[in-house]
Amino acid sequence: MKFGGLMFANLFRKKLRLTLTIGSFAVALMLFGFLAVVKTAFSGGVEIAGADRLVVINRVSIIQPLPLSYMDKISRMPGVKGITHANWFGGVYQDERNFFPQFAVDVSTWRQMYPEFKLSDEEWNNFVKDRQGAIAGAATAKRFGWKVGDRIPIKGTFLPGVWEFNLDGIYHGSRQADDESQFWFQWDLFEEKVPDRLKGNIGWYTVRVDNPDDSLRVARTIDAEFANSPYETHTDTEKAFAAGWVKQFGNIEFLILTIGAVVFFTLLLVTGNTMAIAVRERTGELAVLKAIGYSDRFVLFLVLLESLVIALIGGGFGLLCAKGLTLLGDPTHGMLPVFYLPTKAMLTGLIAALLVGIASGILPAVGAMRLRVVNALRRV
Amino acid sequence: MAIPVVYNLRSVRQRWTSAVVAVLGIAGTVGVFVAMLSLAHGFKATLVSSGSPDNAMVRRAGSTSEMDSSVSLDQIKILEDAPGVARGANGPLVTAETVVIAPFPLRSTGTDANVQIRGVSEKSLEVRRQVKMVQGRFFHPGVAELIVGHNAVNTYSGLTMGSRVNFGGGTWTVVGVFDAGGSAFDSEVWCDARVLNQIYHRPENIFQSVTVHLTSADALKEFKDALVSNPQLTVDVSREVEYYDKQSRTLTTLITTLGGIVAAIMGIGAIFGALNTMYSAVAERSREIATLRALGFGSGSVVFSFTIEALVISFIGGALGCIAVLPLNGLTTGAMNWQTFSHLAFAFKITPPLLLGGIIFALVMGVLGGIFPAIRAARQPVAPALRGL
Amino acid sequence: MVRVDGAGTSSLIRVRGLDKKYYRGGEEIHVLQELNLDVDEGDFVAFMGPSGSGKTTLLNLLGGLDVPSAGSITVAGDEITHMSRGTLTEWRARHVGFIFQMYNLIPVLTAYQNVELPLLLTKLSRAERRKHVETALGVVGLADRMHHFPRQLSGGQEQRVTIARAIVSDPTFLLCDEPTGDLDRKSADEIMGLLLTLVKQYKKTVLMVTHDPVVAERADVTLHLDKGVLVEAGKLEAFSGGAR
Repeated sequence: MKFGGLMFANLFRKKLRLTLTIGSFAVALMLFGFLAVVKTAFSGGVEIAGADRLVVINRVSIIQPLPLSYMDKISRMPGVKGITHANWFGGVYQDERNFFPQFAVDVSTWRQMYPEFKLSDEEWNNFVKDRQGAIAGAATAKRFGWKVGDRIPIKGTFLPGVWEFNLDGIYHGSRQADDESQFWFQWDLFEEKVPDRLKGNIGWYTVRVDNPDDSLRVARTIDAEFANSPYETHTDTEKAFAAGWVKQFGNIEFLILTIGAVVFFTLLLVTGNTMAIAVRERTGELAVLKAIGYSDRFVLFLVLLESLVIALIGGGFGLLCAKGLTLLGDPTHGMLPVFYLPTKAMLTGLIAALLVGIASGILPAVGAMRLRVVNALRRV
Repeated sequence: MAIPVVYNLRSVRQRWTSAVVAVLGIAGTVGVFVAMLSLAHGFKATLVSSGSPDNAMVRRAGSTSEMDSSVSLDQIKILEDAPGVARGANGPLVTAETVVIAPFPLRSTGTDANVQIRGVSEKSLEVRRQVKMVQGRFFHPGVAELIVGHNAVNTYSGLTMGSRVNFGGGTWTVVGVFDAGGSAFDSEVWCDARVLNQIYHRPENIFQSVTVHLTSADALKEFKDALVSNPQLTVDVSREVEYYDKQSRTLTTLITTLGGIVAAIMGIGAIFGALNTMYSAVAERSREIATLRALGFGSGSVVFSFTIEALVISFIGGALGCIAVLPLNGLTTGAMNWQTFSHLAFAFKITPPLLLGGIIFALVMGVLGGIFPAIRAARQPVAPALRGL
Repeated sequence: MVRVDGAGTSSLIRVRGLDKKYYRGGEEIHVLQELNLDVDEGDFVAFMGPSGSGKTTLLNLLGGLDVPSAGSITVAGDEITHMSRGTLTEWRARHVGFIFQMYNLIPVLTAYQNVELPLLLTKLSRAERRKHVETALGVVGLADRMHHFPRQLSGGQEQRVTIARAIVSDPTFLLCDEPTGDLDRKSADEIMGLLLTLVKQYKKTVLMVTHDPVVAERADVTLHLDKGVLVEAGKLEAFSGGAR
């Protein structure tokens, strides 16, 4: 557009101020991106939780086990399409700070339950055949530099000794939010090595239902079946389970929202003030433009557009920086299951930046629109 | 010769909108900074105050926490006689404990959170000196009774005096409330360890940890050496304070790391805001500055003057930020302790050193935001500026 | 021919009974009182008067930057006093070339781009715009400085660029408010010479406000603004007096 030259020339009037203002937007949006990453890390699991999966735990306490014998009973219930089980191992690899979740899983049923985790048939079959085998998630493997064929020693915590595993395969998640940090090994090995009084127990069941709408009914059926037994169950959809877990972390969302609000409010003030100063400096020129024949509306849009361009460039840059930050990896070394910036958050951020751009530019723009030439050019 | 400070103060007052903007930017940053650090601090303080320097904790060798430890009654009997163990009217001040977690509904959201249930012995109050009963009484041994930490009463529903509670397959009655001096125990529910073992189908004479009150803080070495050299015991001995210090590490690291990144980013933003304000100030006042210099004030005075102005603005911003977050002090919130998976209530803890840190942070931002514009102000050629160009 | 008695016919600019009041500090100031003016094509008029006499107000009214309290202004047959803001803005673009004392040029645009500004409001193509701009800059003698920024030009050169901008869209008349106010004597002379060329050679109509009698000398007619009306002071035959 032919007026583009005028607008861009005005933007570059004071390069330092332009840089600082763009910088302010970049910083605010980078923070926004970072907060979005943290929020996703905590609650991303909830959003992608399997709609047709239920989690069955011991009602008394999540750390209490459930008998293996329940598996058969549950799999025969109407509405149940599949079932698998796992135990939490909680071992230490080299250093206590190298945390990643380790599960002893039932190899005959595990893979079908979690189709989102992908690995080659060959790797999986090798794992099934290898009682001391293990499969690691791509994130954990990358973190420690593991390759297929490595021998991984893990020190047991509530089960003694150092357990050695052969890494038979590495799985990848199929969606961005999938957890690629897990470590699976054979429940048969686990069962073999635990002391007698702990045998025959599993940590939790994951049940697949035929129809997601049926979830609640199946859950209630399971719990009713085992009520008043020594091992009562508590069954929830995977989503509810994940959500409950997140709620326990504390009110993370509220904290994030508060910080975000403070940041954007401050940004609004700073850029609004800068725009106001920038327009004040140009009062004379804007008056001459109007005298020449440029309409009030033109001047309004000129100022507003300048504000929007700054917001867009600064905001876009900030969001890209946040994305770049995620590529550096999780700064908490594995405490967060996922660490990435979802595209939806980036779009939201961009829109928020534009809104701030409009809000901070509107007052100076209206002032410029209302400027009366005769007043502006009145000699002091 | 220094430019009179009153010039700066009056200038700030005249261009108060820009100054207000810079002040608020810095206030916001300092506020977030202090709030995050006080959160981490409060969490850590809660856990650390859970331990006394003259208590020792004994767990199975190689265990990382109470959760994966086990100590048998035989072993306990041996360590009761070890040197350094304090003795009270009822015998050695030793308490064998078992810890489980059970879900209870949070008052705030209605959803469940995991509460740490500690099975203790009758000697617990003597070993843990900071814990005091404030309502009701201690439970009777062998009976399914509960005493509840006062934070737990407020955080979860259904734990008030006299309530009947179902968990673990048994029914319990709340008979007392205790105050544990702001430590992690305030979020716990205590009962008889033997009853707990029974209800949870655990072997009768196996506990998870033993806490021992020592004769003095220095007696730890003696006590530890005796145990470690005994072939019948495979245990780890640590000072109770250190145990809890390690426990807090994960969440403290998480909060500090994430909070640190947030504060760093905000700090950069605040500096940009301050720079913008100060550069605009210099631009709008270039004629005045030129006049001052024409009158004989040197460049050094100009730089100094503007830097002082930036410091005043940032100091006010920092103070405002600190004052704004002060009401948070003592506000309890809850989070999950990643190492025990149990819910822990703790409070924001704002200390004078933390506030001082906030103010210093603000001043640093002020200096960084003020010095470059100040130098530019000093370098402007005088004559053109006087003409108003 | 220039007349102030309100009796002219078929003039380019016709002002009848122009009245302007405004309020300051609760007081009503009657700046212009039933002022009349006739200007023909090719006239070069200077307005002089004491400070606060309303010269700039008159210029603003003639240029459609302000509206009178009463009276009419007709330019080339268009009655502008009752035009809406939007229409007036368009009218200004087509009919008036402005030259102010300062702020004329946009510092971040080159001389070329500054001169081009009025043409951007038209439907001319880029090539056509370039022709007009180069011509205008040629007329003022600054073709070789087309791509300089205002800060790279002297005060006199800046005003010449302003004049180029004022004529580039071939307006009906030029309005100048103290065009030499900020300039040294030599540059002022150059500007006045240029304005005269525009009048004599290109048949432009120029209305100029000034407080400098040396500058006013160069115009064809000097009118004094006194107590709200224009009074003839100089060469042509329209009668003087009639002060109220």
